[in-house]
Amino acid sequence: MQTKPLLEIKHLKKYYNIDQGWFKPNISVKAVDDVTFQVYKGETFGLVGESGCGKSTTGRTILRLNEPTSGDIRFEGQDISQLPYPEMRKLRRKMQMVFQDPYASLNPKKTIRQILTEPLRVHGLYTPEERVQKALEILEIVGLSKYHLDRYPHEFSGGQRQRIGIARAVILRPELIIADEPVSALDLSIQSQVINLLLNLQKEFNLTYVFISHDLGVVQHITDRVGVMYLGKIIELANTEDLFAAPKHPYTKALISAVPVSHPSEKKERIILTGDVPSPVNPPAGCPFHPRCPEAMDKCRSEKPPVVQLDNNHTVLCHLLA
Amino acid sequence: MSTNRTPILEIRNLKTYFDTAHGEVKAVNGIDLKIYEGETVGIVGESGCGKSVTSLSIMGLLPKPLASIKEGHIYLGDKDLTKLKDKQMRKIRGNDIAMIFQEPMTSLNPVFTIGQQLSEPLKQHTKLGKKEIRERIIEMLNLVGIPRAEAIIDEYPHQLSGGMRQRVMISLAMLCKPKLLIADEPTTALDVTIQAQILELMKKLKAETQMGMLLITHDLGVVAEVCDRVVVMYAGQVVEDTDINRLFDSPQHPYTRGLLKSMPKHNARKSLLNTISGSVPTPNELPVGCTFAPRCPDAFDKCWAKRPSLFDLGNQLSRCWLHEKEDAEGGSHANEAVTRD
Amino acid sequence: MAQAETGMHPVIRGETAAKKKSRIVQFARLLMKSPTGMIGFLIILGFVFFGVAGAWVSPYDPTHTEFSKKLLPPMTDGHILGTDQLGRDMLSRIIHGTQISLIIGVTTVFFAGTIGTVIGIITGYFRGWIDTVLMRVVDVQLSFPFILLVLIINAVIGAGLRNIIISLVIAGWVVYARIVRSEVLALREKEFILSCEATGVPRWEIILKHILPNLLTPIIILSSLQVATFIIAEASISFLGFGVQPPQPAWGNMLSEGKNYIFSSWWLITFPGLAIVFVSLGVNFFGDWLRDVLDPQLKGK
Repeated sequence: MQTKPLLEIKHLKKYYNIDQGWFKPNISVKAVDDVTFQVYKGETFGLVGESGCGKSTTGRTILRLNEPTSGDIRFEGQDISQLPYPEMRKLRRKMQMVFQDPYASLNPKKTIRQILTEPLRVHGLYTPEERVQKALEILEIVGLSKYHLDRYPHEFSGGQRQRIGIARAVILRPELIIADEPVSALDLSIQSQVINLLLNLQKEFNLTYVFISHDLGVVQHITDRVGVMYLGKIIELANTEDLFAAPKHPYTKALISAVPVSHPSEKKERIILTGDVPSPVNPPAGCPFHPRCPEAMDKCRSEKPPVVQLDNNHTVLCHLLA
Repeated sequence: MSTNRTPILEIRNLKTYFDTAHGEVKAVNGIDLKIYEGETVGIVGESGCGKSVTSLSIMGLLPKPLASIKEGHIYLGDKDLTKLKDKQMRKIRGNDIAMIFQEPMTSLNPVFTIGQQLSEPLKQHTKLGKKEIRERIIEMLNLVGIPRAEAIIDEYPHQLSGGMRQRVMISLAMLCKPKLLIADEPTTALDVTIQAQILELMKKLKAETQMGMLLITHDLGVVAEVCDRVVVMYAGQVVEDTDINRLFDSPQHPYTRGLLKSMPKHNARKSLLNTISGSVPTPNELPVGCTFAPRCPDAFDKCWAKRPSLFDLGNQLSRCWLHEKEDAEGGSHANEAVTRD
Repeated sequence: MAQAETGMHPVIRGETAAKKKSRIVQFARLLMKSPTGMIGFLIILGFVFFGVAGAWVSPYDPTHTEFSKKLLPPMTDGHILGTDQLGRDMLSRIIHGTQISLIIGVTTVFFAGTIGTVIGIITGYFRGWIDTVLMRVVDVQLSFPFILLVLIINAVIGAGLRNIIISLVIAGWVVYARIVRSEVLALREKEFILSCEATGVPRWEIILKHILPNLLTPIIILSSLQVATFIIAEASISFLGFGVQPPQPAWGNMLSEGKNYIFSSWWLITFPGLAIVFVSLGVNFFGDWLRDVLDPQLKGK
C-alpha cells in the first residue's frame, strides 16, 4: 500500500559481550540477532514477545541508544547505523522515544517547564518565550493544564507522568516515535486513556509508531503490522489482523492461545508450551524455538529455519512452512 | 450456589488504616467478604484500592507499627483472626492459610535449597520424620508439574526459571493442605506463556482439592479464567460483588462497567477505547460522597452528597445510588443490604 | 546553574525561593526530632565557630611561653585547662588547633571531592579504556593503608600544612571516584537519562544538568563522613611529626608533645584527644543523620 518506508532495518544485530574476567573467553549474548523489517509513514508497527526476547533492545538500538553490532538502520533513506555523534544528535529531533516506567523516565529534580522546554532548547528551536508557549500547547494536547507547568514529577500520578513523557517526545514534532511498553506500568483505567492519547496524537501529527509491548490485547488493538520476536529474532511478521486471525508460526500460535479469555464462557483451544524461554547466552542450535515446539522435526534441531514468504507480506521463520 | 454452607473465611466490616506522616490513610474502609469451600474468589482493583492490604490483614502480615486493623472481624471457621496473638497466628499461617506472592524471584531465600525451604512448614506444623518429609515434598513438586523433582529438591532457587519458582511457591503453599490459599497477583510478573501454565495449574488444583482460594489481581482476563465469584474494590471499599458470569454479562456498578468497556477486546480495532476519565484517587483526596463520583459518567446530586451503601440486587451487590433511583422509578427491587457507612 | 533558563521569569524564581526556605524549615524540624543529629550539628557549629573566631575568643596567645607557669593542672591561675611543658595555655592552644583541623577538613574534602567526582563521572559515564586504567589505579591505591600512603607522600614532598593537605587529597580522592562512578553507572541506565539521549541533549549537558544534580546527595553524605576521616588523619600525621610543625598548635602535635608527660600531667594529652573524639563523633553523628534524611531508599513511608 505504501511506497517508501520511513524506517528500514536490515540484518540488525546487537551482541553483548559478557566479561568473564581475565584469561577466560568472553561470552556473547545475542540480544538482537539478524532482525529485518520496514516501517512505513503513518503506520503503527508492533514488536511483541516475552521478556528477554530482544524487543526493547531492538527499539533502543534503532535510536542508537545502544550501538548496533552490525546491520543497517535506514531512516528516510539514510543509513544512520554509523552516523557520528553530532549528526545523530541532530537527527534525534525526528525520532523520539516513550519509556515504560513513568516514575523513572522524568528527572525528579526538574520542573515540567524544564522537562518540556529542554528538547526545544537543545535543538535551538524558538525563543525562550515561544518554547514556554509550545510547552503550554502540548500540555493542553496531552490533557494537562498550564497549572502543571511549574510542578515537579513527584507531584503527578503515574498516568499523568506518562502523559508528560509523551508530551516531551511529541513537542519536537518527530516523524517516528518508539514507544517501549508505554502502558504496561499503568493502572487498567489509565491504560485506555493513554492508548487513546497515542491514537489521537498519531492522527493529529501524522506520527509513525514502533510500539513495543508484551500485551497482545493492546498490540492487537493499536498496531497495523506486527513482528513477533523470540530469542532475538523476528519469527513471524504480518498484518495485525492476519496474524491474530491465522498465526502461522507454532510460537505465535501458542502465544496468542495463552492470552487469558475475555469472557468466562469463552472456550479456548490452548496450546500450553512446556518449559521456559532458553537463555540467550546459549541459544539452542537450529531453530531457537525447537526445544519448546510441539511440532518440532529432526531438521529443526540442526538447521536454521528459512524465511518463508506467504501471501500479503506475511513472513515466517519456520521449517514447517518451507 | 453456596448460600447454605458455612464459609471458610468471613470478613466483616474490616477497616485497616495506615498511620502516615500525612495523617491516617484508610486503606481498607469497611469490607465484607465470604469464601466457601472449593470456591475461588477474585478481588479486582487498581493500585491503592486496598486489595493487597486486605490479604495482608487476613494473613496478619501488616507492617506493624504503621498499619493496624481498626475495626471488624476476620473469621476463619469460628476463630477470629483479628483477636489472635502473634504466636497463635503463626500456627495458622502456612497451615490453615497459605499465601503466594507476586515476585517469584524474591520470595524464595537464595541461600537455602528448594528442599530445605519446603521442609520448613512441615517441620513447623507436622510431626513427620525426615524421610517422610522428603517424600511428601517430592510428591507435591510432582503435583505442581515440576519435572525431575528428585533432583530439583536439592537445587538452589537461582537455578530455576521464574515459572518454576512460582511452581515451587505454589507447592510450598500447598504442602500443609491449607483450607484457604491467598494468591496475590500470582502471574503478574510472568510472561504470557508461563502465565498460561500457572493458570492451568491453579485450575487443576482447584478441581482436585476442596481448598478455597482468594485471588488478588488487576487482570480481568485472569479473573475470567479461574474465578467463581468476583469482588471489585475501589478506594478501600467493595463496589461490586457478584458471580463471574454476571460480572461480565451484566455489571451493575459504573466502575465495573467502565473497566470492562475499556478492555481493547471490547472495542473495534484501531478505534478510540471507552475510558474512565480522571485518575485513581489517592486516599487523602477522597470526596465526601461516593468515592467514584468524580470519575462516574452517571453521577447525580446525591452521589456527591452521601456515600452509597451496598445494594442487594439479588445475587449481586453494588455500591451505587443509581439502584435506589431505579427502584424509585419502579424498576427492579433493589434493597439496601448493608446499612453501615 | 540548572535554573538558568528560568531566570527570566521572576514569578517562578520567587516560588523556588519560597520552596527553598520551606526546605530549610523542614530540615530544622527533622533535626529537632533526632537527638544524635542535633548533638552532631551543635558540635559542628561550635567547631566552625572556634575555627573561624579562635584568634578573638582564646584567652591567651597560644605560643606565648612562660616557664614559671609550666605544667599547671586545670583550673589553676586562670588557666581553665591548665598549661603545657612550656607554660602555654592549653585552652588557647586547643582553640587555635581547631583552626588547623577546620582548614584541613574543608580544603581536603573540597579538593579530593572535586577531583574524585570529576574522575568518577568520566569513568562511569564514558566507560571504555579510560575507566579500566583509572579504576586499576584506584584499586592499587585502595590496597595501601590510607595513613601509610599519606606518610609516604609526605616523606617525599616534605612536612607542613600545605603539604599535608596535598598528601591527603592525593590519598583521599579515590573514595569519591569509586562511589561517584558506581552512582553514575546506575544513573546512566535510568530511563530519564536515556530519555535525554533520545531527545538529543548534548553529552556535557546531560552530565552537568542531569547527572550532577542527582549526585549531590551521595556526595554530601560522603563528604560529611570524610571530614572526620581527614581530621583524624591529619592528627595522626602531626602526631608522627610530619604534619603541622611546632610551635604552631595542632591537635596532633599537641598529643605528640604531651605523650612524654602522660603519667605526670594527664591533661596534656587528654584535652586534645577529647577534642578529636568530639569533633569526629559530631561529624559522624551529623553525617549519619544526613544520610537518613537524604537517602530516598531509607526514607520510605
